Amino acid sequence: MSNISILFRREFSSFFATPVAYVFIGIFLVLSGVFTFFVGGFFERGQADLLPFFNFHPWLYLFLVPAIAMRSWSEERKSGTIELLMTLPISTWQAMLAKHLAAWAVLGLSLLLTFPLWLTVNYLGDPDNGIIVAAYIGSWFMAGAFLSVGICMSALTKNQVIAFILSIVVCFVFVVSGSNIVLDAFKGWAPNEVIDLVASFSFLTHFEAMAKGVIAMNDVMYFLIVTICWLFAGLVLIEQKKAD
Amino acid sequence: MISVKNLFKSFNGFQAVNDLSFDIKPGEVVGFLGPNGAGKSTTMKMLTGFLLPTSGEINISDLSLKQSALAIKQKIGYLPEGAPAYGDMTPFQFLSFIAKVRGYKGTEKAQKIDKVVKQVELHEVLDKPIDNLSKGFKRRVGLAQALIHDPDILILDEPTDGLDPNQKHQVRELIKNLSKDKIVIISTHILEEVTAVCNRVMIISKGKLLFDDTPNTLNRQSKYYGAVTLHFSYRADSSELAELEGVAEIEEDLQTGRLTLFPEPGADILHLVTAHAQRCKLPVDSLYVEQGRLDQVFRQITQEDNM
Repeated sequence: MSNISILFRREFSSFFATPVAYVFIGIFLVLSGVFTFFVGGFFERGQADLLPFFNFHPWLYLFLVPAIAMRSWSEERKSGTIELLMTLPISTWQAMLAKHLAAWAVLGLSLLLTFPLWLTVNYLGDPDNGIIVAAYIGSWFMAGAFLSVGICMSALTKNQVIAFILSIVVCFVFVVSGSNIVLDAFKGWAPNEVIDLVASFSFLTHFEAMAKGVIAMNDVMYFLIVTICWLFAGLVLIEQKKAD
Repeated sequence: MISVKNLFKSFNGFQAVNDLSFDIKPGEVVGFLGPNGAGKSTTMKMLTGFLLPTSGEINISDLSLKQSALAIKQKIGYLPEGAPAYGDMTPFQFLSFIAKVRGYKGTEKAQKIDKVVKQVELHEVLDKPIDNLSKGFKRRVGLAQALIHDPDILILDEPTDGLDPNQKHQVRELIKNLSKDKIVIISTHILEEVTAVCNRVMIISKGKLLFDDTPNTLNRQSKYYGAVTLHFSYRADSSELAELEGVAEIEEDLQTGRLTLFPEPGADILHLVTAHAQRCKLPVDSLYVEQGRLDQVFRQITQEDNM
């Protein structure tokens, strides 16, 4: 346990030793503002909630989370520090978990820093703050799932750009499988069970309820299981590819 | 105590390590020699548990590396090839991180860092990012990281590569001054380094162990071992030298004018040569006994294998 916290602190502070975390948080805040006010029509809707803010999160994460995840293993392999890390008395799963938690903490921090939006909506109206907190938690769990895909792809290759593109593609599949574009293609010929199955793989489907403030166990479990599965896949990959 | 039995490692059909077996006892400073791609680094990576062998067994301090990897990693200090380190950290942060992973806390941690910083003389760069350090300092950060927990087994992959002569000397002194009951394994391309710090030499080529003995024995394999080289201040008749008892062969370097007399195996020809030079009043201005030329032995051993 203490190994994980030591590794976590190293990873977390390395995000802030380089401009990575600052750039990430800055862009996240700017983009979420743009989406909420200009695209989401926050004022025009005239409703005291943050739905226009949360609705864009899957699309925001789609590009931003792979960017923060791509360096996690790729850089270790490229610079050779993986040899150092793996010959220290720690297990690979501890390193994997610490990397995930550190990047997840940065994502959590970015979410927390969107608090001016919450202040705004409370100033303008009288929203249900329970719903907003639930949506924040849901969004953070979804970010964790995106992150695990990114970390797994980063374990796959030494090249950060390839890791970035691969994780966008995989995340995109997970996001759109619940959107109407994909579901319409199935409708009409596929049985409802198939459509439900496809939709149930989607981050969108599971996040939709959470964005409205409903934290259902199955949605949280879905994101947790997705996260664990991708991290485990990454663990298998890194064990095999560490010396390449 | 390290014991390696029938170690094999292959990468996609390429046999990197081919049936290596050896034992290393505490107190031995072993030099791994070999051409590039001989399997030195691969062997070291397997000893440190970074790579898994294709087959074969590694036991360290009576523990099997397969079963008790973590316990063994505690005992090993390892400097990987190229001395990788986290470039965004300063040497102090980096050493502090390593010390924490090695299980030190509080004042003990501070003492360990302090000691190792003195040992490799890092104080002037302690707060600069590692990325901005010169090659020599980076290498020293890597060494400090390997030494910080005072390990029983020290494995250094090319510890002096890229250092200037002063720094090389420093690192060699450091290795020599380590306590006498440790196991040290270093790999190097610099042959003199082996005679300077090691008490055992292993030459590996194409994954096979070709030579395993003391540096002295390696020297003795040289054709030049015990040969006498002399130089005349002006041209003189040297034909009689070849006739001396015990001289097997004579070789003249036309460019420098140096004569080298090779002894018959086991013969000591120095006093015969000096006596003859005195008797015939040869104009000798320099004369010395060769200690053996390692580069020539190295070529001989590793290239024999190629044929």
